[in-house]
Amino acid sequence: MERHFMDSQTKGVSTGTTILAVTFNGGVIIGSDSRASIGGYYVSSKTINKLIQVHDRIFCCIAGSLADAQAVTKAAKFQISFHSIQMESPPLVKAAASVLKELCYNNKEELQAGFITAGWDRKKGPQVYTVALGGMLLSQPFTIGGSGSTYIYGYADAKYKPDMSKEECLQFATNALALAMGRDNVSGGVAHLVVITEEGVEHIVIPGDKLPKFHDE
Amino acid sequence: MSSIGTGYDLSASTFSPDGRVFQVEYAMKAVENSSTAIGIRCKDGVVFGVEKLILSKLYEQGSNKRIFNVDRHVGMAVAGLLADARSLSEVAREEASNFRSNYGHNIPLKYLSERVAMYVHAYTLYSAVRPFGCSFILGSYDQDDGPQLYMVDPSGISFGYWGCAIGKAKQAAKTEIEKLQMKDMTCRELVKEVAKIIYIVHDEVKDKAFELELSWVGEVTNGKHELVPKDIRVEAEKYAKDSLEEEDDSEEDNM
Repeated sequence: MERHFMDSQTKGVSTGTTILAVTFNGGVIIGSDSRASIGGYYVSSKTINKLIQVHDRIFCCIAGSLADAQAVTKAAKFQISFHSIQMESPPLVKAAASVLKELCYNNKEELQAGFITAGWDRKKGPQVYTVALGGMLLSQPFTIGGSGSTYIYGYADAKYKPDMSKEECLQFATNALALAMGRDNVSGGVAHLVVITEEGVEHIVIPGDKLPKFHDE
Repeated sequence: MSSIGTGYDLSASTFSPDGRVFQVEYAMKAVENSSTAIGIRCKDGVVFGVEKLILSKLYEQGSNKRIFNVDRHVGMAVAGLLADARSLSEVAREEASNFRSNYGHNIPLKYLSERVAMYVHAYTLYSAVRPFGCSFILGSYDQDDGPQLYMVDPSGISFGYWGCAIGKAKQAAKTEIEKLQMKDMTCRELVKEVAKIIYIVHDEVKDKAFELELSWVGEVTNGKHELVPKDIRVEAEKYAKDSLEEEDDSEEDNM
């Protein structure tokens, strides 16, 4: 209890959160809840956007200290856009994830933020990368993160299938977010989903009352 | 075409009245004094060939390499002042390594050659330093982007090529390269042609013994730049020597 209180004093607003990213046939869906809290007692924002666009087809979702995450993504966004201009081509998702990883690893003492990077590039198509707290970089077909993710590991492992269609994947992501938000007190609000494909980026917002219900009566 | 700079050629930070930087031109002359190196890009890879003159019988075989590995997937063949070239290969290696460290994947060749060319160019701006006296050819192969070939010269510019030659016999080599249909050839076919070209341009009278250094990168090596295996090199040299003999014979008949 006390450690939790101390954390919120030093770390301020944190995103007890649920974030996820899932690849499907032709694209990737990245999603998050929208609650920001202080110390697990007070909801400081009901509608923050945790999905940051770092390039045309690359998004990042943030977990942990909101201040740290915003500072890191701001620096990463600049570096990636500069890199893309120098290369004269859109950046690889792996390059964007590596930039984030370098920032997290080299500043691991001061930072407390983790990320999921997802996007589409011409070389490898849809990809998902996890950048953990200390700076570990891992590529996975799908991944979940944040405090709310602990409640949906079972669901995600059981229900994920490779090569889903866009609709199946949207259903999977929405259900996962709804289940996590239903059990985790520091996740909630609306569900933000972004669908990234070669053609473009589609942002979907599902308000709390429109989320799928699971025995909620 | 040589001309005397007289006063405008003392440092790289001076232009001549007709708009030339003589120090850079003199650096390019240093490259022309060195033995020939060629690089050719084909359908599925890049092949390098270097005419390595043996100045002393006491040298260990395979020493004084003129072809370097910059990263696993990039090869660099040089001509000119060898010490300058070695230092630049270290610069190229650092660039490639930093890129991989920051961005997690192989450095694209176009970007690498631009970065090294920028470095070379920086040494043509100041009187405190002299320009690098070497040109080099960079080549790589990537599954998605295919084979790439770039050449950087002492003035600090880099261009992409299908085939290029540097060093004393570069004109003769270029003529031979232009005869090839490289876009339709595979690496295995090209290795033999590269060996043949080096043998053709080698001047038996002025320079005596030489060692042929051959390397390639392409589908045949899975994207890794490496020296051509001994058996293939021996086969290529045999092809080169036989072709030269045929040409000699046909010349006699015509007489």
